[in-house]
Amino acid sequence: MRGVAGRAGRRFVSSLPALFGVLVFTFLLMRVLPGDPAIFFASGPNAGQAEIEDIRRRMGLDKPVPEQLLLYLRDVATGNLGRSMTTGQPVLNDLRNRLPASLELTFCALLIALVLAVPLGILAALRPGSAVDHGVRLICTLGVCVPTFVSGLLLIYVLYYLLGIAPDPTGRIDIFAAQPPEVTGFLLVDAALAGEWEAWWAAASQLVLPACTMALFVLAPLARMTRASMLAVLTSDFIRTGEALGLSRRRVILVYALRNALLPVITIMGIVFSTMLGANVLVEKVFSWPGVASYALDALLSSDYAPVQGFVLLMASIFVLVNLVVDLLYGIADPRVSIG
Amino acid sequence: MSALLEVEGLRVEFGTRHGVVEALKGVSLSVGPSETLGIVGESGSGKSVTAFCVMRLLDRAGRISGGRIRFRGEDITRAGRRVLAPLRGAAMSMIFQNPRAALNPIRPVGAQIADVIRAHEAVSAREARDRALALLEAVRIREPARRLEAYPHELSGGMCQRVMIAMAIACEPSLLIADEPTTGLDVTTQRAVMELLAETTARRGMAMLLITHDLGLAAQYCGRIAVMEQGQVVEEAAPDRLFGAPRHAYTQRLVAASPRRDSSVAGLVGEREPEPVTSSGRRLLEVAGLRKEFGGAAAVEGVSFHLDAGESLGLVGESGSGKSTISRLVCRLLDPTAGSIRFEGEEIGAIPAGRFHKSRWRREIQLVFQDHGESLNPRFSAFDCIADPLRRLLGMREGAQLRARVEECAKRVGLPGELLGRFPHQLSGGQKARVGIARAIAPEPRLLVLDEPTAALDVSVQAVVLHLLDRLRREEGLAYLFVSHDLNVVRMMCERTIVLQAGRVVEEGRSEALFAAPKAGYTRELLAAIPHFEPRGEPEAEPVLIQRTQPMPG
Repeated sequence: MRGVAGRAGRRFVSSLPALFGVLVFTFLLMRVLPGDPAIFFASGPNAGQAEIEDIRRRMGLDKPVPEQLLLYLRDVATGNLGRSMTTGQPVLNDLRNRLPASLELTFCALLIALVLAVPLGILAALRPGSAVDHGVRLICTLGVCVPTFVSGLLLIYVLYYLLGIAPDPTGRIDIFAAQPPEVTGFLLVDAALAGEWEAWWAAASQLVLPACTMALFVLAPLARMTRASMLAVLTSDFIRTGEALGLSRRRVILVYALRNALLPVITIMGIVFSTMLGANVLVEKVFSWPGVASYALDALLSSDYAPVQGFVLLMASIFVLVNLVVDLLYGIADPRVSIG
Repeated sequence: MSALLEVEGLRVEFGTRHGVVEALKGVSLSVGPSETLGIVGESGSGKSVTAFCVMRLLDRAGRISGGRIRFRGEDITRAGRRVLAPLRGAAMSMIFQNPRAALNPIRPVGAQIADVIRAHEAVSAREARDRALALLEAVRIREPARRLEAYPHELSGGMCQRVMIAMAIACEPSLLIADEPTTGLDVTTQRAVMELLAETTARRGMAMLLITHDLGLAAQYCGRIAVMEQGQVVEEAAPDRLFGAPRHAYTQRLVAASPRRDSSVAGLVGEREPEPVTSSGRRLLEVAGLRKEFGGAAAVEGVSFHLDAGESLGLVGESGSGKSTISRLVCRLLDPTAGSIRFEGEEIGAIPAGRFHKSRWRREIQLVFQDHGESLNPRFSAFDCIADPLRRLLGMREGAQLRARVEECAKRVGLPGELLGRFPHQLSGGQKARVGIARAIAPEPRLLVLDEPTAALDVSVQAVVLHLLDRLRREEGLAYLFVSHDLNVVRMMCERTIVLQAGRVVEEGRSEALFAAPKAGYTRELLAAIPHFEPRGEPEAEPVLIQRTQPMPG
């Protein structure tokens, strides 16, 4: 256990240079992108040159780029990510308000994806080449091929427009429902803490469609990985031992094979989670989800530097964090890791 | 007394890409209660397939196409899982080669033993655990209470096999099938595991089906032995008769090819003894005070030896003795921590391993590896494998000269010229060994380092390859540094032998003298642990009590 913690610590320290690189890279990237934020944020099309210059000075854009970078790094080091020109709020506040929405969506989507993908992968691996295997392959292929905005819209069309089962696909909670008091920012958790089950239900039903849309998208890597590693494990010697000594089929598959097969799935899970968090911008847009990705997209379109830089830094940090968690999980799941 | 297990005319087919292959062609065997039957044969003879058939563990591609298997009078040839599951583990059990892989890597061994108990008996988790503890004691694992929580990777190979045995005997089966149970283990560990198996089966009145390629092992532990060749049992008899007066031609060949205490390389392949090699007396290699540390722990400590031109020196010892490390240091694939390696009087130990391939000494010292399949580039044809060192070390260009040189090397190792275009996977084990040897001698080295060159080969192929190596040495005046765990092979191949233990030299001397009258206790242990079969003689009767100078490895 100590070894695992040590490994995690080392991994964290070794990822710091990468984080710094991301910081500098995003900064420079934003500077070379076309578009002048000062013109964008000027009062109107007929704003005078003097006003634009004034805005530029206030934003610090009149200084040379290296100096801007140093100032920016100093700000980041002191926990100041700048102020968004679009919302007028500090970026840190905006991100803090919107991150729980994205995280809640991503967590739920990942959970749904895992609950579907692991059994599907096992079924496919137990009978390779069978109808079940081909069926799973078809589902996975569809999930990957169909872009999330298409599958999202399809789900809305069928479940909301045609059947009317799903609620109005806008936002995290029905506007008429009472918001639970904010504790964590996760609506499901807050509602449950406050015991407001009506609000919980409202939030949950809003969440189902976007979460399913995203889950469908990441079903493929998880299910295929489960199938592949399950197939490999099922041919290994210790499975044969279990069979030779008369263990029940259930025990052989669930305890002996699956636990070993899940080791690579844990790694994939970390990657999938990080990808989802950043890549769910389309889902957030389709469902008017107030998450960080759609926030960053809006900022990017209006050349609003600070939120984009803040978003990329946030994503990079989350990526590092997720990898740490995966490392820890792996160390717990596989006793060989801490030694070797 | 009726037989416990009866196999009659068993036929098994495997569906492969090249059509159906018949692996068993009518095998008949029977094992009585508390009897030990050995099945010997070389790879591909069908001995393991027979065992897997009895347990009904054949993989999907295999199919029983004829014959019958009866266990305790009941026909289980076509029995389903519902019949088999209660039998497996409880009435008949199996232990496997490579014990570490046979155990679940992420489950404590105690839990795995308890799994088997609870699969067959309705006992509480606590009781299963207590019984697992008692079983670990029964298979003589030290500190069993602590080992219950251990994972397989924390145990040695011998201990893993003991755990496997504990699992197999947990529910008191009447038949135990042991498929190459000690292959890959050190001789002393092998002896300890086999003694445990023999004693356990005897005490519990279990029958055992011992599958092995080692005739000595079969002779020592089996009451009756069946010899298999190409999916058929060609001869079956008690060991004395079988090895004393083998009737079938294949058995005779097998017996002749197996190294014994008194056999010679020429004798294995039925040829006349050549003249003994007379040493040139010219120093080729001089190693002094060699030391190699890995992560602070010394794997090799203060080893010194020398080798004359044309001489053959054997390095023997168990795993962890440092013999492979020494061979890699001499080959200059590893850098020594301290000490000198002088070749032709020049210090080559100081040349960094990473740059040694550029040195002019690289072509003088060549290697023959243990795994001939793995050590050949799968995308190189046999021709390219042999030509590669000529291109790289001698700078030869494509053309008639290179082709002639490769063909000559192939001829010297007895590799037919038409095989040169083939890729490694299209060659047999023996042919791959020849390619590996041809590659090593291609740049005309003066020293060949052979790291367990025949450990992965069948005995009959081993005999031919050993004979080839011996002939090459005589013809080319090569010096050999021969690393092996097989003491009989080293005795035949080497004039002098060094015995290593835990990175240090324990004993050194002329091979005949050393093997005939070992001085060090450790050498005596190693020699005593080799299973013998003596034609016309009694298989060693008295159980030698081993006084270990080292803690039990297994």
